[in-house]
Amino acid sequence: MNGVRFNHLLGLEGMSREAITEILDSAEAFLEVLERPIPKVPSLRGVTIANLFFEPSTRTRISFELAEKRLSADVTNFSSSNSSLVKGETMLDTARNIEAMKVDVVVIRHFAQGAPHFLADRISASIINAGDGAHEHPTQALLDMLTLKHQIGALDGLKVLILGDIAHSRVARSNIWGLRTLGASVKVCGPLALMPREVEEMGVEITHDLNEALAWCDVVNVLRLQLERQQEGLIPSLRDYQRSFGLTRKRLEMAGGDKVIMHPGPMNRGVEIDSDVADGSGSVILRQVTYGVAVRMAVLYLISGGERIIE
Amino acid sequence: MNRTTSMMDPPAGWKAYSTDKLALGGVRVVDPSLKLDQRTDLVIRDGIITRLGSIPDRWTGAVIDGSGLIVCPGLFDMHVHLREPGFEHKETIESGCTAAAAGGFTGVAPMPNTNPAIDNAGLVRFVRDKAYGLPVDVHPVAAISLGRRGATLTEFSELIEAGVTMFSDDGSPLASAALMRHALEYARMYGAVICEHCEEQSLTAGGVMHEGAVSTRLGLPGWPSIGEEIAVERNIALAEFTRARLHIAHASTARSLELIRAAKDRGIQVTAEVTPHHLTLDCTILSGFDSNYKVNPPLRTRRDVELLIEGLADGTIDAIATDHAPHAPDEKEVEFISAPFGMIGLETALGVIYTRLVLPGKISLNRMIELMSSAPRRIIGQPEAAVRKGAEVNLTVFNPDEEWTVDGEHFHSKAKNTPFQGWKLKGRAVGVINRGIAWMRGV
Repeated sequence: MNGVRFNHLLGLEGMSREAITEILDSAEAFLEVLERPIPKVPSLRGVTIANLFFEPSTRTRISFELAEKRLSADVTNFSSSNSSLVKGETMLDTARNIEAMKVDVVVIRHFAQGAPHFLADRISASIINAGDGAHEHPTQALLDMLTLKHQIGALDGLKVLILGDIAHSRVARSNIWGLRTLGASVKVCGPLALMPREVEEMGVEITHDLNEALAWCDVVNVLRLQLERQQEGLIPSLRDYQRSFGLTRKRLEMAGGDKVIMHPGPMNRGVEIDSDVADGSGSVILRQVTYGVAVRMAVLYLISGGERIIE
Repeated sequence: MNRTTSMMDPPAGWKAYSTDKLALGGVRVVDPSLKLDQRTDLVIRDGIITRLGSIPDRWTGAVIDGSGLIVCPGLFDMHVHLREPGFEHKETIESGCTAAAAGGFTGVAPMPNTNPAIDNAGLVRFVRDKAYGLPVDVHPVAAISLGRRGATLTEFSELIEAGVTMFSDDGSPLASAALMRHALEYARMYGAVICEHCEEQSLTAGGVMHEGAVSTRLGLPGWPSIGEEIAVERNIALAEFTRARLHIAHASTARSLELIRAAKDRGIQVTAEVTPHHLTLDCTILSGFDSNYKVNPPLRTRRDVELLIEGLADGTIDAIATDHAPHAPDEKEVEFISAPFGMIGLETALGVIYTRLVLPGKISLNRMIELMSSAPRRIIGQPEAAVRKGAEVNLTVFNPDEEWTVDGEHFHSKAKNTPFQGWKLKGRAVGVINRGIAWMRGV
């Protein structure tokens, strides 16, 4: 476990192939730990981690917390709904207060793009981005890549379709950076109104024809559609969205071939993905969740120094 | 304007002189309007330039060694925010004017987005009176609509009588084309000008930076070019229809420039200003989420920057204005999307424009002085400052060779939100002489 050292994990943009590979390789080792009768190692004993969640989250928060506990770290949780934010304290003051309690690592989920970068510039703890607005969600993309590595093998030359609301998706951005760095081809598919301008400069192709995109790809990563997009006028209706961009068994059969089906959750069944697709053959959606714990263990381990050997 | 005043204190490190008897020895006098560029002594008596020639023998007044210094017509910033009344923790008229003087400006036009908004004659007088005793003319811009709410016109006749020459709801663009039409009609009737922050807010709602490859990468909501251009186009059409004068505030895109150029070619009475930051910075600088680069309109692309500079040189752009927008440090020190828009510029404008545009030969020194003095004064209807014998003094003195590093900690403004922190510049104001007062730095 030598080579790349991380102070922070803010995003996958600009992260080297070596660094990503090191995280994924470490995650493999932790996957093995998770299979043990007692899935716990003392690697981060004495390390204190604060999970700061300024935006509601269930699975990411639980996944980080499990990862931390399985590494024997001391863990504390903060979420904006039950602490000083309601009194109008700034994020910076909150973080400084938590830092004053001698925290080594801060895991932050925030509605504001760049919030983890803002903290990384101002406090001395290591920062892990657990999702910042529509910017990045690096551990989600890492777990997606670990899932694909397990399911398919090498990512070089793999054809991945990201389907849905690209404009507002941090999952899409982190996946694009990570997958491109590891040599995969990426296409994005969704309505033009949910496609960020000049996204092709991130090294992806754009299509609005789902059938054509499905015929091309090996993997479909389906994004969650936030239902408020309708109020914002970005989609005419959920029904209209589903007709053009909902992933159905029929479309998959038309496209032919076996596809790996992914979704970061939580799913809107019957909108962006049908139940028989989400629960059917090819779906690795629950496996993603399992791998998520291993990937987060790897990230936490490497960021906390990583010199302690897994026992 | 040559009123006797009780002098306020000059900025720290500066010295105040009376203009009853003051001489500058061996300065380079540059006044493009007079086609003047010569080395000479300049003699002032009772606030009037009495001589452009040798200092008389037996001169008993103060003499300032001006060797290496340029004296030009006083610079005028036609777009600033002084925050008073209502937001004195960001800036006051006094601190803003001190910053203006330190940056070489002898006049500023503060925008009316204060609390309360400057929408009646009493408030106009309040703002102007606050600058009493300073060498900086404060010429308030009055609101177009009451409370800047975009519904009811302010009382133009009384505001005109109070000396207002420019109206703007700056920061709250007029959504109603009908209200804009009538504002232009009233302005034309009284010989005033409407200054508009051109933004179609249904297209920019939530936007925090230029929409394009960089906003896509950062996942930040975009403020697209079209949000400005569609408003520029509408307002030019209304100016043509009403035959009124329209001034476009802080034009930021290449297409806005094309629209302004075409309008001028058709003889429409439209003028435009650009800020120093839109002439020097592009949106790639936002990659680190530094809220000091968050501004409205947002920093655009490198191509926009290059074309705006061409627009300065070819005359499409009439004026440079800073849009000096002070905020308290703790207001800016938050996550990017929550931070307020705005950058300060009074203390850096001269150095930035001189270093980045004049020294590389993109515009001449004369053009810089036109853009920062005569043109903004002409547009807003203030008397032109001139380095002419017999004229009341209204002068900026600067050292074109002084090298310095921008540091917000040393600003006279209350705010530090400069996008030029750490820039190495050449050219810096040394003094302003106006309203019977000379403030000179370190001499």
